[in-house]
Amino acid sequence: MRPLFAMLILVTAMLFAASLITGPAGLSVVDGLRALLLGGEGPMPIVMREIRLPRAVLGLVVGGGLGLTGAAMQGYLRNPLAEPGLIGVSGMAALGAVLAIQTGLSLSAAMALPLSALLGAGMGAGLLVALAGPRGGSVTLILAGIAISALANAGTALVLNLSPNPYAANEIVFWLMGSLADRSMLHVWLVLPPMVLGAMLIWTTARDLDALTLGENAAAAMGVSPTTLRWRLVAGVALIVGPATAVGGVIGFVGLVVPHILRPWVGARPSALLPASALGGAALVLAADIAVRLILPERDLKLGVLTAIVGAPLFLHLIWKTRSGGRM
Amino acid sequence: MLLELRELSVIRRNREVLRDVGLSIAAGELVGLIGPNGAGKSTLMEAAIGLIPFSGVSNLAAMDATARARAAAYLPQSREIAWPVSVEDLVALGRIPWPGSGRSSEDRKAIEAAMTRMGLEPFRHRTALRLSGGEQARALIARALAQEAPLLIADEPVAGLDPAQQLACLRLFQGLAGEGRGLLVSIHDLGLAARFCSRLVLLAKGRILADGSPDHVLRDEVIREAFGITTRRIDTPDGPAILPI
Repeated sequence: MRPLFAMLILVTAMLFAASLITGPAGLSVVDGLRALLLGGEGPMPIVMREIRLPRAVLGLVVGGGLGLTGAAMQGYLRNPLAEPGLIGVSGMAALGAVLAIQTGLSLSAAMALPLSALLGAGMGAGLLVALAGPRGGSVTLILAGIAISALANAGTALVLNLSPNPYAANEIVFWLMGSLADRSMLHVWLVLPPMVLGAMLIWTTARDLDALTLGENAAAAMGVSPTTLRWRLVAGVALIVGPATAVGGVIGFVGLVVPHILRPWVGARPSALLPASALGGAALVLAADIAVRLILPERDLKLGVLTAIVGAPLFLHLIWKTRSGGRM
Repeated sequence: MLLELRELSVIRRNREVLRDVGLSIAAGELVGLIGPNGAGKSTLMEAAIGLIPFSGVSNLAAMDATARARAAAYLPQSREIAWPVSVEDLVALGRIPWPGSGRSSEDRKAIEAAMTRMGLEPFRHRTALRLSGGEQARALIARALAQEAPLLIADEPVAGLDPAQQLACLRLFQGLAGEGRGLLVSIHDLGLAARFCSRLVLLAKGRILADGSPDHVLRDEVIREAFGITTRRIDTPDGPAILPI
């Protein structure tokens, strides 16, 4: 297991560095890193510190967050098809962002769009708590999440439907496809605190998720409180996917595919899958975000589109493998 | 007493599933919980360990969750294993209530002892989900043993096992009782219950109908009242065989 973590850390670090040196400005590796670390005169430090660094950091935390929450949701629901979007918070965050674009609020201030998305995420989490109730089980929670997602999607469709002109609709559709381009360090500071808090909350559930391997009753008899586990998990996931969606848009398949791929490598233990999946998610999103800059640099290929294009066939491959004998 | 229940009642969906149950188990006792389907055996175990709401007193449910998990290990009827973990990792889950994250020397000792006891060393690195039903049941019992609780509550641990595995499992339970642990085991086979348990508790329609030695509990009139059948008892040198007719 140790070699796996060493490899994941190495790959993620290399991709982070690669993300810093990828871009249209055509800086050499040495010049770029020198400008990043030492500053200096001219546009180079600005390019590195204001454009590329936030993009790389967001790739790291958004990908890591999606991988972590995917592993946590799958462990909690004991279902390899679970993913972080299931609780409806990311859908509500997207609706918040879409409304900010539609109303023109997003043009009034740099942070208006992510703040509006965070507000949507918060409302989604509140709605989830109200719907699922304090004692409802995991099924109630998921049904509530699906209902909230449906509501958020309906709201987004309505906004698109009523958009005043094709440009507004265009902008909304592009935002929904997910991207980390042109984000600032302000975005990073906005989402980092809740995401770190969410990750810490999820980390506290690691042993409980292991216990759930034996079913809810056996876990409860081993000292796991189902109620506190559920709320720690839901709060942790909401604190991560809300901000992740607010700055990155909708980036699909990462939270579903990454835990799935890494599960056999950690001996299927839900607690070990949490850090592995966080690293794997970060690596995948960093790689995809580098790829969108290299494949079609002039066409602005969207990150969410690429993760879906890569993720869906991977998922098909896993289904194929499961069908032909192996278990998930 | 390892387990002490007084006036325990459970109401589920406006139906009284258990009524005024009193039961205590001392160290060294292997208590068989028998009774027809729907009598409330699983409910009794779940309430005793505090998994469902009830009225009355249970010494276990009164403890905080960690203390309770160290006082009693529980084997549910459903042999659920959600992920393809190795047998060793599965057994290690029994150490969750203890400090040490499964890696301290006490943890290692408990895990190894439980695996040796259940004959699981050859399967150590095998995926638990790929084992046969009997082997899985053994791995899950080993998990409960690794918990090192003085009381073991097992819901139909021998259901679905072949005769050899059933005997091996009940002999193991007898051995555990001999070492001073207390066990509450629900079981459908009256013959096996009579042979292996030191005491039987017969539950019918949510109430305790009889509690005592196997000979005392398995009387014709008691069995007729609880199960609505008659039985034929054949005494053999290895214990009684009880034949439902």
